[in-house]
Amino acid sequence: MSRPEDSLPPDLFYNDVESRKYTTSSRIRNIQADMTHRALELLDLQEPSFILDVGCGSGLSGEILSSVEEEDGGPHMWVGMDISSSMLAQALERDVEGDMLLADIGQGVAFRPGTFDAAISISAIQWLCNAETSDVSPEGRLKRFFDSLYASLKRGGKAVCQFYPKNAQQRSMITNAAIKAGFGAGILEDDPETKSVKVYLVLSVGGGDVTGAVS
Amino acid sequence: MKLLTLNFLTCARKACKTSAASFPLHPREAELEQVELDMNPQFIRNVLPRVEWEAMRSISQELGLPSLPDTAPGPEELADAEGGPTQILKDLHTLLMETTIASGKLLCANCGHEYAIKEGIANFLLPSHLV
Ligand SMILES: [Zn+2]
Repeated sequence: MSRPEDSLPPDLFYNDVESRKYTTSSRIRNIQADMTHRALELLDLQEPSFILDVGCGSGLSGEILSSVEEEDGGPHMWVGMDISSSMLAQALERDVEGDMLLADIGQGVAFRPGTFDAAISISAIQWLCNAETSDVSPEGRLKRFFDSLYASLKRGGKAVCQFYPKNAQQRSMITNAAIKAGFGAGILEDDPETKSVKVYLVLSVGGGDVTGAVS
Repeated sequence: MKLLTLNFLTCARKACKTSAASFPLHPREAELEQVELDMNPQFIRNVLPRVEWEAMRSISQELGLPSLPDTAPGPEELADAEGGPTQILKDLHTLLMETTIASGKLLCANCGHEYAIKEGIANFLLPSHLV
């Protein structure tokens, strides 16, 4: 299977047909749900929290955030950002509870300092490495994103970003941008050395490596 | 978009980051819609200290909503003697969580840029010359 990141920018790739496919494929839904639950586990939120969902797509992960039971520290309130209007239209159809912005995370996160308790991102931040025009670079987009994400989280806040790095170089480029922004960072891998490896970038504001497993 | 979210949004332009005038964004030609949501008292308790009350007051006024008290309610005003939700908490829930802008624009008072809102979703995509 070819990587969508290599063919088109996300707003073009996730057109109406692709968005529908993405939202209705039960295999993709299950993987997305598993990764969202894993990210929540890593965030370890004790109370109903205000969460930024970076690349919220059609709201699959948001629905999970909204449905965390009281005894498990939920339910959470979230704000999602996504560059694909067709994905967001799908979320509207499904009546999600969170708010959504049509936005390019490479242009930064436009929230006041200390807004969110936590941030979550499922299968999105590798898109930051795509720069479509000559006046923006992947480095510039990564910096803009991580700097503003860092500022938007409250002190002690955490972010968990599951992503699909294209290669080792991209993986370290993304991790380094997060560290430069001030985050304590660690990489966690589920099912390492297999085809279904899942990579989580675990970030904290005002803390060291929170996974105990620096890459 | 919930008024809660509006209370945390700033202009996305880099040039506006350091300007106090880039917050709050000002609703224009806003169509409001009440969207019912289960009350989450603990979430409101957690988020209330982060709400900029002055901005909340001015946003409410600009939207033609009833005027808000001068200062934000304190945590002791949110629960009654039995620990149940007070009217103040219910009002905060209605204002912050259920009052939404279905369509309209958000104006940055610093740079004049307008962010369109359609079907409750604000468009924060900046043309590259504004990034
Ligand atoms: Zn502005």
